[in-house]
Amino acid sequence: MKTRKYMDKIFKAGIITFSILTIAPLFIILITLLKWGINALNLDLITKIQRPVGERGGALNSIVGTLIITTIATIIASPISILAGVYVAEFPDKLISKITAVSSRLIAGIPSIVIGIVVYLWCVKPMGGYSALAGSIALAIMMIPNVVTATAESIMMIPKDYREASRSLGANFTRTTLKVIIPFALPGILTGLLSSFSRIAGETAPLLFTSFGNPFLNLNILKPMSALPLLIYNYATSPYREWHQIAWGASLILILIVFLVSIISRLGVKKWKA
Amino acid sequence: MIKSFKGKTGEGGILPPFAFLKRTKSEDFIFLQILKASALLVSIVIFAFLVTLFLSSWPFVKTFGLRALVSRVWDPINESYGALPFIVTTILVSILALLLSVPFSLSVAFLTKTRNLSERIKDLLTTSLHLIAAIPSVIYGFWGLFALAPIMRILQLKLGYPPYGVGIMTAVLVLTIMIIPLSASIASEVMKLVPEELEEASYALGANTYETNLKVILPVARSGILAGFLLSLGRALGETMAVTMVIGNFNNFPSNLFGPGNTIASLIANQFNEASGIHQSGLIFLGLVLFLITLIFNFTGNLLILRRVRK
Amino acid sequence: MESIILTVENLNVFYGEHQVLFNINLKVHEKKITAIMGPSGCGKSTLLRSINRMHELYKDVKVEGRIYLKSEDIFQMPPEEVRSKIGMVFQRPNPFPHMSIYDNVIAGYILRGIKLKKEERDEIVEKNLKSVGLWEEVKDKLFKKGTFLSGGQQQRLCIARALAMNPDIILLDEPTSSLDPQATAKIEELLVDLKERVTILIVTHNIGQASRISDYVAFLYNGVLVEFGPSTKIFTTPENKVTEEFLSGKFG
Repeated sequence: MKTRKYMDKIFKAGIITFSILTIAPLFIILITLLKWGINALNLDLITKIQRPVGERGGALNSIVGTLIITTIATIIASPISILAGVYVAEFPDKLISKITAVSSRLIAGIPSIVIGIVVYLWCVKPMGGYSALAGSIALAIMMIPNVVTATAESIMMIPKDYREASRSLGANFTRTTLKVIIPFALPGILTGLLSSFSRIAGETAPLLFTSFGNPFLNLNILKPMSALPLLIYNYATSPYREWHQIAWGASLILILIVFLVSIISRLGVKKWKA
Repeated sequence: MIKSFKGKTGEGGILPPFAFLKRTKSEDFIFLQILKASALLVSIVIFAFLVTLFLSSWPFVKTFGLRALVSRVWDPINESYGALPFIVTTILVSILALLLSVPFSLSVAFLTKTRNLSERIKDLLTTSLHLIAAIPSVIYGFWGLFALAPIMRILQLKLGYPPYGVGIMTAVLVLTIMIIPLSASIASEVMKLVPEELEEASYALGANTYETNLKVILPVARSGILAGFLLSLGRALGETMAVTMVIGNFNNFPSNLFGPGNTIASLIANQFNEASGIHQSGLIFLGLVLFLITLIFNFTGNLLILRRVRK
Repeated sequence: MESIILTVENLNVFYGEHQVLFNINLKVHEKKITAIMGPSGCGKSTLLRSINRMHELYKDVKVEGRIYLKSEDIFQMPPEEVRSKIGMVFQRPNPFPHMSIYDNVIAGYILRGIKLKKEERDEIVEKNLKSVGLWEEVKDKLFKKGTFLSGGQQQRLCIARALAMNPDIILLDEPTSSLDPQATAKIEELLVDLKERVTILIVTHNIGQASRISDYVAFLYNGVLVEFGPSTKIFTTPENKVTEEFLSGKFG
């Protein structure tokens, strides 16, 4: 009899303790980042580009690079993913839909480094060099599953009355979809896009062999381009104190971008579901 | 614009003039083809990946066969391509991280199932997990390298090991923190699906919280939780940046759990850009192996979840 | 002379700020069937679930008052002990899907880690399945999971599961509302048989069912116990006008 009581107490204490321990790293890492990165947060960081050791450099080219590469990736991924999501939602019983749904989930599981390898083989080798475009393509592939799922789920939540109302007014499938269904599902789709954006903004591995990095400020997407994760990786693993500092600062900026976009997209979900 | 006609009726009994009808129908046809094409494009990505990886690994496989999978020495300069250390390390690190994550994910899942806890605390938990999952891998690696490794060094000195700081254990710890959110959220979702009546029936028979959670809720949710673990394992196997930065880049079997090593992903990350010819093909071959392993785990995990949801 | 097995004294129940039960005073007679009736939302389930302290599983539910099981205050006992003496059967049949029929019957023992010898287990399973009239139907399939059973059979299994703990009282919360008429009739028959062994407290919105099987009726309206007494009296000459209106079907 007594053992049951003890086990119950231990169990309850256990799940609380382990749950607290689970979220502890979040605060530990954020505090560490702040502690070490706050000193690096100066004007230089965001106005100067990378410089050799000894000269005062910054992360400007990487910040610009991240924004460009991620935005282009979103532009590449959106049409395909949204349209595929529409198909899966509107024709769920067709074989292609089922294969697409499965395929989408499997893409989500591809190791990011493998995506880097494949896009290297598809783009970098034929083009003869690294490019931001290749990086965007790699990141776009990573975005596909989230956007397809977000689109399909948003559409499936639309009551069929709306569809029927549109059709009964004489609109065909195309117009119904473009003018009724997609606008209705738009909040959900945007949420999916935003959360994917924040995810891929932090990805490094797919860029290692595609976008590669560039110490200079480059706006040409057919040439190699830097990005915040690449900067952080290279500087963190270097032996120079000043570069470590810059990396901490860059990490803060990156986390800021990622968290901000992530929180905005989650708030968007709450508003949309309401 | 829409006139009614006698005779044949279409939707709603209203049939527009035939010309209009033809235009809208052909519009539908084109749109449908576009939709189908997009879906097809997504469907063939995995296939395209496999084909590409196979083709580019072929030069390597043609020369060395599959011996790389069981040979032990990786020394490209001397034409030796043994990948066994990396395969073993990859599996070792991932399984250890998974095992370590189990009590944490399950605790979070049990906690979210409890009715006696306020919704705000549960939301705090869920949001925190989302944020943990949102932290980029490279930042985990950075933190692991500068914050965790020094602590590991102290620990290693105390235990009489060489104070590398980086190594298998450090990688396992960082990886564990990274995969908990995934398995925790799947486990929570699955447990939520366990009907309330079963829980109440258990309490009504005189069982307490510990017994109800472990002997009723957990078994009923078992297959879904397993699926969550499989997907987490898949994620762990493919994790690159954080592991690369804290595992020590050592191209051999780790001498002990505190020693340095290399996973397939970290090997590729370290060597791919400088590799060419057979060396590069070999790395691509390893990428293919990693891809296939993760594919199997992800496929099985997803299958289990689908079966659950259908129930 | 009948004895009183359960006494409810000044029971008040609150969901947050909202009061659901008002000063309930009730005496339940031993080895009789007492039906709790009333329109939807009147608090019948709330009353039932107070007796085996199910409310404590949820936040925001406040229970005030006293309940005595054979003169012992149930709020002074550990809740698990109360629930081993007062069993419950729910509206929708809910045998544990991960346990066999055999294990479902003795689930109360399994869950609470009470070890029994094989002979004891076999005896309990057979005895209680026979009591609910399931033995012949399932004796060859004892080790299969119970999900292939019909709704009525599953509910009888749940009754067997509650009986196996040898409780003093069994609480049933609208146990036949999800079953077809034949299954319902079988269970009503079963309950009349069972009352020789155990006291039965049943919540039902089905007036016919109450009149068929109950010895005593408690009529609840808007959280207040309006009338209580022997069925024969309540169904023929109710004292309260509201009771009369309910029984003549004036409101659901």
